[in-house]
Amino acid sequence: MNSVAEPTVASQRPAAVAQPAVVEAVPPAPKTSQRELRLDLFRGMALWLIFIDHLPANLLTWLTIRNYGFSDATEIFIFISGYTAAFVYGRAMRESGFVIAAARILKRVWQIYVAHVFLFVIFLAEISYVATSFENPLYSEEMGILDFLKQPDVTIIQALLLRFKPVNMDVLPLYIVLMFFLPPILWLMLRKADLALALSVALYAATWHFDLALSAYPSGVWVFNPFAWQLLFVFGAWCALGGAKRMTRILASNVTLVLSAAYLLAAFFVTLTWYVPQLHPLMPKQLEQWMYPINKPDLDVLRFAHFLALAAITVRFLPKDWSGLRSRWLRPVILCGQHSLEIFCLGIFLAFAGQFFLAEIAGGAFMHFLVSLTGIILMSSAAWLFSWYKRVTAKGATRSASNDADLAGGTL
Amino acid sequence: MKAGYAVALGLSLLIGSNGLAAADDIKPTCDVPAYLLATDSVLTKVGEALKARQPLDILVLGSRSSTIMAADGTSYPWRLQSALRDKLPASTVNVAVELRVKKTAKEAVAGLGKILEERKPTLVIWQTGTFDATRSVDPDEFRDAVNEGVTMMQAAGADVILMNLQYSPRTETMISPSPYLDHMRVVAQQHDIPLFDRFAIMRHWNENGDFDFFSPSPGIELAKQVHECIGRALSVFVIEAARVNLGELRTQR
Repeated sequence: MNSVAEPTVASQRPAAVAQPAVVEAVPPAPKTSQRELRLDLFRGMALWLIFIDHLPANLLTWLTIRNYGFSDATEIFIFISGYTAAFVYGRAMRESGFVIAAARILKRVWQIYVAHVFLFVIFLAEISYVATSFENPLYSEEMGILDFLKQPDVTIIQALLLRFKPVNMDVLPLYIVLMFFLPPILWLMLRKADLALALSVALYAATWHFDLALSAYPSGVWVFNPFAWQLLFVFGAWCALGGAKRMTRILASNVTLVLSAAYLLAAFFVTLTWYVPQLHPLMPKQLEQWMYPINKPDLDVLRFAHFLALAAITVRFLPKDWSGLRSRWLRPVILCGQHSLEIFCLGIFLAFAGQFFLAEIAGGAFMHFLVSLTGIILMSSAAWLFSWYKRVTAKGATRSASNDADLAGGTL
Repeated sequence: MKAGYAVALGLSLLIGSNGLAAADDIKPTCDVPAYLLATDSVLTKVGEALKARQPLDILVLGSRSSTIMAADGTSYPWRLQSALRDKLPASTVNVAVELRVKKTAKEAVAGLGKILEERKPTLVIWQTGTFDATRSVDPDEFRDAVNEGVTMMQAAGADVILMNLQYSPRTETMISPSPYLDHMRVVAQQHDIPLFDRFAIMRHWNENGDFDFFSPSPGIELAKQVHECIGRALSVFVIEAARVNLGELRTQR
């Protein structure tokens, strides 16, 4: 199975083998083989955090960034996905043209869609079980959630249309939509990168002004509004295609550093008032009225700014060639980041399974901790297994007919 | 934070051991930490009514989780009534319940004007959010509906308490309560009205071991006990938010 768009050495190969001339024509080729491990690290971390956040609150939840500021792991995941997708498919588009690159992107979209449907089936199995075994008069109203099982004809079709999305299954549909529109975005981005970013900002502004949203079933709207969240994705793509380089001076300036740090501290204090009610009186009422609610579906500006501040500080203090990136201790996170679609799906599944285990078999704080830890170990082991398999098949592919490398499954 | 936790843990251990000793007692120990029953907002109308010895008419506008199946008198509105009557022997306390089963906040607001006119309550306790959460109603729409409802209640001359969702760990994979909890908090802040945080209180009981909300088929007893505890906590909350001194009320007699 292929992994989420990512800059790999292997992905270079089919083009190189088929048209050796290309390699000579593109001088920076050896440089691209240097994988940006920071991206893998933070995407892996985001996947772990998403997993922990999807379990009921427990000790480890206090490690997740949403408790220390406005933004959370979703922002990181979407930004890095935009970055890596633009990096990989942007190169493909330059080398093999729009049609080929678009076809590869759509193939990817299909894979993500299938993964989403697979998760939905697991969800159905779990809740059907709960529906037949749960009998608690205290929660008869909450059990109304199971009503949709009474009309599977509607629900399943709505789920296939991505309109019915159970709790915690909102990120993949967002990702599907964003990837689906990647070909035209990328086409423009390769010609006029700033125009593409400007259009994205305009769409974001229009979303807020005109309340653009995608409707959901049975009511309401998408939990992650694609019209708003595309901003992070496109911004990631813009950074990948040269934007980051052009921002080097801004990122290195001390003004940026001070502003980012001040904003992160302020956000930290605000979040603190959510958890320590005694601090709440310290919050100015007017600030509260202006600030709340912090709108997650439409990617509140406060959240976006929080992500930018985090990113600015990270880029500044974590150099690309930091030796820790190669250390054994960070290996599990980085491996997870390198197989993000598989690990993301596994994480959602493990969160389901973990909740199920805690609710049906054994609960308590210790079990809770154990379930979280087991989940992370399983995710890391799976990532290791995928890497191993990829390495082995890649070797096999070079030995066999190389023009069929794609069928061998070792490449993008 | 940590100190707070330690104190809470110590208290809960004390309460826990007491609870064991009095296991036969029908009334469960379900204490609520003071901060969950403290509020900056004041129920002025309730305070005035109590001081002036006028009857206190409370209207509970709720959904399915304001009742227990086939067990009248045991759900929290009636437990609230009896707790308030105990605490306020000098006043007349009447609780009325209006149920809006399987209705979103928006639908519940629809017929509200008439009810308010008929009943003229001193205080409305509006329990909402659960049905909206199960239907994943657009949170903005939900907030607007709650906002509209509270405005109507205040315009009708009533004090308002908002009551949020139940803590329901078994349905956490299926229902996402947080947007609705957040929006109710926001509306309460905007109108400067107290929010009875049923969700946090029940979660506290769960963490404390007062109740086991994970149990798949606990029967009707658990529901009765929880409602008893909610009713009692609510009575403390009402008196706290009305800023009345129980001692004074008694001596004035």
